Amino acid sequence: MIPATFDYVRATSVDDAIRLLGEHGDDAKLLAGGHSLIPMMKLRLAAPAVLIDIGGIPQLDAIDASGGRITIGALAKHAALAASDALKKSAPALWDAANDLGDPQVRNRGTIGGASAHGDPSADYPAVLQALDATFTLTGKNGTRDLKASDFFQGMFETALGAKEVLTKIAFDAAPKSAYVKFHHPASHYAVVGVAAVLTMSGGTIESARIAVTGIGDSAFRASGVESALKGVKPGDADALKAACAGVARSVTARADTFASAAYRTAMADVFAARAVAKAASR
Amino acid sequence: MAFTTMVGARIRRREDPRLITGRATYVDDVRQVNTCYAAFVRSPHGHAKITSIDVAAAKADPHVAGVWTGDDIHHAHNLKSSLPVAHKMGALGLKTPPHYILALDEVRFVGEAVAVVIADSPYTARDAAEKIVVEYEQLGVVVDPLKAEAGPPFVHEELGTNVAFSMPFKAGDPDAAFAAADVTIKQRIVNQRVAPVPIEPRSMVANWDTGGQQLTIYSATQIPHLLRTQLAVVLQLPENKIRVIAPEVGGGFGAKLNVYAEEALISWVAMQLGRPVKYIETRSECFQAMIHGRDQIDDIEVAATKDGTITALRLKITANLGAYHQLLTPVIPTLTLLMAHGCYRFENIEAEVVGVFTNTMSTDAYRGAGRPEATFFIERAIDMVALKLGLDPVAVRRKNFIANASFPHTTATGLTYDSGDYETTMDKALKAVDYDGLRKQQADLRKQGRFLGIGVSTYVEVCGMGPSAAMPAAGWDSATIRVEPTGSITVLTGVSPHGQGEETTFAQIVADELGVPIDNVTVVHGDTDRVQYGVGTFGSRGTAVGGSALKLAIETIQAKAVKIAAHQWEANPDDVEYKDGKIGVKGDPSKSMTTPEAGFLAFMGDNLPPGLEPGLDATRRFEPPNFVFPFGTHVCVVEVDAQTGEIKIVKYLAVDDCGRLLNPMIVEGQVHGGIAQGLSQALFEEVIYDDNGQLLTGTLMDYAIPHAEQVPHYELDHTVTGTTVNPLGIKGIGEAGTIGSTPAVANAVIDALAPFGVVHIDMPLRPEKLWLAMQPKNGSTK
Repeated sequence: MIPATFDYVRATSVDDAIRLLGEHGDDAKLLAGGHSLIPMMKLRLAAPAVLIDIGGIPQLDAIDASGGRITIGALAKHAALAASDALKKSAPALWDAANDLGDPQVRNRGTIGGASAHGDPSADYPAVLQALDATFTLTGKNGTRDLKASDFFQGMFETALGAKEVLTKIAFDAAPKSAYVKFHHPASHYAVVGVAAVLTMSGGTIESARIAVTGIGDSAFRASGVESALKGVKPGDADALKAACAGVARSVTARADTFASAAYRTAMADVFAARAVAKAASR
Repeated sequence: MAFTTMVGARIRRREDPRLITGRATYVDDVRQVNTCYAAFVRSPHGHAKITSIDVAAAKADPHVAGVWTGDDIHHAHNLKSSLPVAHKMGALGLKTPPHYILALDEVRFVGEAVAVVIADSPYTARDAAEKIVVEYEQLGVVVDPLKAEAGPPFVHEELGTNVAFSMPFKAGDPDAAFAAADVTIKQRIVNQRVAPVPIEPRSMVANWDTGGQQLTIYSATQIPHLLRTQLAVVLQLPENKIRVIAPEVGGGFGAKLNVYAEEALISWVAMQLGRPVKYIETRSECFQAMIHGRDQIDDIEVAATKDGTITALRLKITANLGAYHQLLTPVIPTLTLLMAHGCYRFENIEAEVVGVFTNTMSTDAYRGAGRPEATFFIERAIDMVALKLGLDPVAVRRKNFIANASFPHTTATGLTYDSGDYETTMDKALKAVDYDGLRKQQADLRKQGRFLGIGVSTYVEVCGMGPSAAMPAAGWDSATIRVEPTGSITVLTGVSPHGQGEETTFAQIVADELGVPIDNVTVVHGDTDRVQYGVGTFGSRGTAVGGSALKLAIETIQAKAVKIAAHQWEANPDDVEYKDGKIGVKGDPSKSMTTPEAGFLAFMGDNLPPGLEPGLDATRRFEPPNFVFPFGTHVCVVEVDAQTGEIKIVKYLAVDDCGRLLNPMIVEGQVHGGIAQGLSQALFEEVIYDDNGQLLTGTLMDYAIPHAEQVPHYELDHTVTGTTVNPLGIKGIGEAGTIGSTPAVANAVIDALAPFGVVHIDMPLRPEKLWLAMQPKNGSTK
């Protein structure tokens, strides 16, 4: 619980952060809320020579959840998302995740951008942001580029964020019929299984569905087979819902730990997919 | 006690303001000039020979004050390099292999200390420790106690076995009882290894006063005096040259009832350097190298008649001791055998307790310490007998309870239960939860495919430890009362509270008995230079034994104050007495004196009865004639989700009986914490080593201790059955919640799964295990 020696610098703007990344090279890591990186440093699993603190960059924590297109600054804290009534209405799946993540200390310090850039395979946002079909804005020396969430999350602790880039913004269309449900690991409270569902409904019937799952494999993923199977399903019909959600994690090689085997995780994904869809439909 | 305005009242804990406002002093808050810091190199292997240690780079580090290895320590002539184990098991041929302060030539568990580095900060110490290169040659590893019992590989090759002791026991005629039984049950019950996880890990800072030749060590310990004695032996120092201070201690749970290698080593290093040396272990080190609890395999067979009467128990306890004996390691499983009866009166027992070494951290006392294991298997056994006979588990308990009339009751295992009223406690609990209504609700919900489970646990436990004759080392405790010249009263207690609230309860007793405001009473503990020798706080003994010593000291103070008052009044001392906390003359209300007034006269010394020494203070020691046996009934109601195996606790109610309640709020706090830890063992906790001896649950990301939302609301009630074992009529309550709750939760979960033919599932009751048990089996519908 004692990190190795490191230097610490504060970036005053995104451009300054990019400049500092260029200056310090591969030995530098960006520090936002620090709730993923610092525990790894304390265990000496990570030992960056330089931390570039972007936490003080102004305006980067803005949340605009009032219109049809929602934009969230990368430094928005979990607690701010969890407290946003506008977000609760416009994208309740993300509101669910922000409320059900970590503990008060983590929510008060951790950021959506930092958690996303960490790429933890059991984190909540990778599922939610894929189901929301979010766009990630990455800023580098040569300007910005936009990536879809499903292209951003690439594997276990791997994202498309370049070593000299800063994740600045996440944007997605309002999704009032959405939900995120999670089977908590009893120790870490990360997702053993987490499923995000984003629906469009016509009457009591699902018109379209985007389903994304975390906690199972090396990275969160979209379950396109289940998305198709859900079309035309009435979520009130429990049997039909269960049938549509069956095999939601079939295509993924599941991980195992001392709490849950791969087979159990895979089976639970079906149950939690149905719960997520039912919850989204009820909104 | 006639006058009880304080005792029995819900007085807020006087400790809490400093604790909850961050003004308490824990070991890490002790800041001394010129302090240096320790970091350890620990074994990454379960079992290996140390082939070389290269400390050159660490020693060359300008931040480093010193580096020591096992070789250095072993050859230091002023240090006895093996640690103590307290036991009276010599007749059993207990094997006690050496337990070196730093590993010598061989490491036997992951986390065993190999070298220590002292540097000018915790950071530079850790950096320097990483420069030490240790080469190992891996040896055979055994972590499973049953495999270890069969051995090889052997943890200590020179012993030629992993069996540290084997203790047979027989009472009555179990063979005849089994032959005559209508039914028998047989079950292996695994009581898994758990980690104590106090918020404050092991913490210590030692300083050697080079002028005064005096060692002072602040340590987060439950036993400052016993630690001092053991340090005197290990460091080969006169005991009166050692001062041990246990300042605020952030949780012990038995894990700080020990003498750790680090405590001896940090002290010795401070003596070498003549500087304060501080060591605050990391959470990872705490998981690796602080003692673990439980880890027994209990193979039971029970014989019963068809009306549910238990007639005999066969039992084999296989206790995983870990790689070495810590202070009480081998003693713990023997307590399990003693309590194998639970609340029940059967007379025929055949048992064997086997303690085995494995390549794991030592097990030792953890809240309950041997008793939870017994309560768990006997309470599970009752439910299994009921299931087999188609009887209600409550009816089976009622059938087998030791009757009120037979107390004091001597069990077949040789304990004498002081007092009990098991049926009243159970009936109170059953009424409070509407047991019959719950059973109806359970039947209705099952028809809807919902699975409610009702678990009852009726426990009795042995605590108030204990008579010295029955303890590994000294079971008495002490108290000093000083009436200061200006009337405040100082209590020096030999017990060492670290959350149990005796600064409050002891002051309540003194306030009532000596007739002073509670704020005039200060309770001092945890400093061997201030407090007379005491044994410490563990085994739910602090108030039962330490409070009883206090009661004796009060009586001595009162007797002297009476003589002083009688002399002033020229009255016959036989006519003078304490009444409602004041001294007066029988039948003469005009005469009255307070304890502080008597104390002032005793201090002035110029008007005392001839021959009476000045001063008003007293030191007394209480030697308990027996243990005490609190008991109670815990009821847990759960619903298990058939789709996932997730458990929801619907209700938790406990009715406990710890005799007289000195402060009901503190009793409830102890019960709350106890239930949380017992419930957590049932549902969440398990220390797991893989077959190579690697610790898989080495962080709080893997090892689950419950957050607030993972424990239910507790409904608590009590009955009050006295005891004559001590002058206060009280029993311990520190561990009862842990002991009673684990089987209540497990019984509830397993009861929920009865429709699936489930008889037993081992803890922790992870959802996956329940989900698997609820899956349709091939070839049968349930």
